[in-house]
Amino acid sequence: MSPEDVPFLPRGVRTQFDAVRKVDVLLGPERVLVLDQVGTAVLGQLDGEASLSEISEALAQVYDAPLDVIAPDVVAFVEDLRDRGMVHVRPH
Amino acid sequence: MSVRIDPPMAMLAELTHRCPLACPYCSNPTELLARDAELSTEAWADVFVQAAKLGVLQLHLSGGEPASRRDLEALVAAAREAGLYTNLITSGVGLNERRLRALDDAGLDHVQLSLQGVTAAMADRIGGYDGGFDRKMHVAEIISDIGFPLTLNAVMHRENLDDLPATIDMALRLGARRIEIACVQFQGWALVNRAALQPSRAQVETAKKTVARAVESLRGQLVIDFVPPDYYSDFPKACMNGWGSTGLNVTPDGTVLPCHAAETIPHLTFDNVTARKLADIWYDGSAFNAYRGTDWLPDLCQGCERRDIDFGGCRCQAMAVLGDASAPDPVCRKSAGRAALDALLTEEVREVAPPEFVYRR
Repeated sequence: MSPEDVPFLPRGVRTQFDAVRKVDVLLGPERVLVLDQVGTAVLGQLDGEASLSEISEALAQVYDAPLDVIAPDVVAFVEDLRDRGMVHVRPH
Repeated sequence: MSVRIDPPMAMLAELTHRCPLACPYCSNPTELLARDAELSTEAWADVFVQAAKLGVLQLHLSGGEPASRRDLEALVAAAREAGLYTNLITSGVGLNERRLRALDDAGLDHVQLSLQGVTAAMADRIGGYDGGFDRKMHVAEIISDIGFPLTLNAVMHRENLDDLPATIDMALRLGARRIEIACVQFQGWALVNRAALQPSRAQVETAKKTVARAVESLRGQLVIDFVPPDYYSDFPKACMNGWGSTGLNVTPDGTVLPCHAAETIPHLTFDNVTARKLADIWYDGSAFNAYRGTDWLPDLCQGCERRDIDFGGCRCQAMAVLGDASAPDPVCRKSAGRAALDALLTEEVREVAPPEFVYRR
């Protein structure tokens, strides 16, 4: 994936608050992922417009953390979800 | 006994046992429930609400053929209303554009389309239904037009496992996001046809290599889940991810099972949603607590490093092969029961022509 790629949740994948377990979950075809705070924060930035690098920059600002710490985590998280079919990626 | 019981994540709703196909590999029981025994629309809707409150997130709508229920669209709407992620498991027969658009309007999340073969000749022979393949291909086109995420569920066995590369190509051609390469598990009716369906070791080894290559080359393009033929494995699968740990099954008449095949275990008794609340059944039902956790496991499993990985494997397989549901799954190389499984493989997988299929009609 390139930093300019735009990740998005495809049809059939959605986040939901699980009121029984009190956690955010990502639901998709045959998959349930329990999201931690980081996961919820990253997915909250997926608006179908923002590129990977823009998402990292936004999160670096929100969490007042260095970009070179945030960016690799964001890429690894998105890439993992892409491999599981939970996130799709299109070129900018 | 100190088993912590978590809420279930997934529920399989077997809406009906009716099905236009007659697949020799069907995993439903040999005795099927008739239409007049099926739960009503309202009863199912109530089960969905109870399931969501209990913690179920994913609902698999299955059968039989779920499209045989004329109220399928209403059932999907009720499930979405309850907050469940809805997955339709279908052969495609009984669906058309009007019904699929109505399912879209009802909020259906995902479609899992079964595949009996990559040619009409093979698929219709396996399904025992002439014209089924062409209808399925037509349904797949409409699914793609509407934009439903699609999983192709390719059921593989001795007759079609050599077509695996063409099967993966078909998933790509149909625009599937995911393929489940599901080698037949020998439960229910499939046991009748085990000798005709059991692949050879050479077929299995080739299939594993094909899958490994495809997983690499299609990464990011197609999600591939592989269910290997478990008689050829060294260790058992963690059936249901642990009995009573993650999922539950509701049969067409509302009987609640810890797994799809649990009714083959004769000493268990099962509750029904028409008589007891789903949460009570999950937490306190005797069938769910029979093999929950690991305290009940035999000594062999207690001392094994895989105890918390496979939980002794599949209870129904121990029942089917050994006649003892409390024994370690006979797939396990460490278990005494493995000899019985190996004897079956030797006896049933020969180079001669397999026996004829016994169709389910």
